Amino acid sequence: MSDAAAFSAASWTGYLRPDGRKGIRNLVLVVYTVECAQHVAHAIAAGEDDVHVIGFPGCYDNAYAIRLMLALARHPNIGAVLSVGLGCEYTQPEKIAQVVRASGRPAEWFFIQQLGGTGKSVAAGKDLARRLRTQIRADTPRVAMGPADLTVGAECGGSDGTSGLAGNPAVGAFFDLLVDAGGRAIFEETVEMIGLRAHLLARAAHAGATEQLAAAYAKAERYCREVRQYSVSPGNFAGGLTTIEEKSLGAFAKGGTRPIQGVIRVAEAPRGPGLWIMDSVPDAHFMQFGYTNPNDTEGIMDLISAGAQIVLFVTGRGSVIGSPVAPLVKVTGNRATFRAMEEDMDFNAGRVLDGDLTLAQAGHELGDLIVRIARGEPSKPERLGHREYFIMYKHQETPALAAGCRA
Amino acid sequence: MPPRAFQIHPADNVATLLDDAPAGPVTLTGSVAGLREIPAREAIARGHKIALVDLASGAAVVKFGAPIGRATQPVARGAWVHLHNLASDLDERSSSLDRQTGAPSDTNSAYV
Repeated sequence: MSDAAAFSAASWTGYLRPDGRKGIRNLVLVVYTVECAQHVAHAIAAGEDDVHVIGFPGCYDNAYAIRLMLALARHPNIGAVLSVGLGCEYTQPEKIAQVVRASGRPAEWFFIQQLGGTGKSVAAGKDLARRLRTQIRADTPRVAMGPADLTVGAECGGSDGTSGLAGNPAVGAFFDLLVDAGGRAIFEETVEMIGLRAHLLARAAHAGATEQLAAAYAKAERYCREVRQYSVSPGNFAGGLTTIEEKSLGAFAKGGTRPIQGVIRVAEAPRGPGLWIMDSVPDAHFMQFGYTNPNDTEGIMDLISAGAQIVLFVTGRGSVIGSPVAPLVKVTGNRATFRAMEEDMDFNAGRVLDGDLTLAQAGHELGDLIVRIARGEPSKPERLGHREYFIMYKHQETPALAAGCRA
Repeated sequence: MPPRAFQIHPADNVATLLDDAPAGPVTLTGSVAGLREIPAREAIARGHKIALVDLASGAAVVKFGAPIGRATQPVARGAWVHLHNLASDLDERSSSLDRQTGAPSDTNSAYV
């Protein structure tokens, strides 16, 4: 059997969700609805490996942030949800619990003010989270799963000269493998595709995709012009990157070589198998654009909101972040970074530059690692307990979700 | 062993240093068959670019087989290619950044 056929035939046991999607983890998610509830939410999850936390800091609510939280709460890796509010904010924990219950998952909620403060809320929350865990461990159906059931996201950050040379192309080689196996692959950062319009459109799978890609590109370019900000940082320049076009081509390499099926937005799942681009750029509205991806974690949360059970993160200079809900897998094209930060780095694509490995071999090795992680082996950030998240105010027009927060 | 530079695409007119290079010979690896050597005219840090041919002012600088910007002055074969001699066609701000650290200078007045 060829390496590609072996990857395609890999199988493991996953968790079947009521919507038919399959998860590789079975987690309880604590969702807080204002910064004031953040400490209590984290105290509830402290010391619990399978209880993760996300939340929104604003008191005034935001449709984008609600959609994002609901997409994460109904993610294939999530079995149950506990929603925690202070008691006077706009975002409603009860409505979040209702939407999650409507998805067939158990969910609980409470207001800290009604329970009588920190100590009582943490104790009650820990008790609820443990009961939810017991319930999903007993009740979640197990199901056979393979690469065709996987959605994998790819993001890059802390880039240097090796990210475009080896790290991103290795992820691109894996994405080709995943797409050929019938899976879904998503990459984003349309503001990092500036200068590549012709490249991008040439990859469209059909006329509809061409139209979506042209619109996403035009919006990203307008965004960059209006905010006078291209997605490059001083660290990128110090690392040897000189222009946004150069960084764009290096970032685009993680999309591999297969046709692009279309554009999805934050909290929207791919509409079929294949390679997809996510548009996470804010739409223009009365408060101007706002920011697109203010940090790497924000972009990773966007990809997870599309249902990615695993996200690949390419970092040349070295990053120590992780993510809740879906394991983050760290790839570096820089052998020195891999050696210096081996505790944090899952995959050394720098071997491509050393001539020890071809790009195709790197893609297959990455495929083997993804299968091991899908089977339950923790990724490095997962093992270290990294669960950074970032949910912000943003304005995006998205197709109405069947179950919005107006239940 | 001399320091190495990696050429991604056969059409590229720059390569990326895999090791810190002093002025002197650099071994060229990557997508072009066979090992070649190019003399670095100056010290070039790992991750930075070396010109593979003489570039006229205004010439497209090509990496990944696609233009990444234009030379803002004549660039000799073997020279370091970065913020001081290559500018984006789109981003105005990057040309004002410090060429060693990448730090911005246009917001200095805000640090008071």
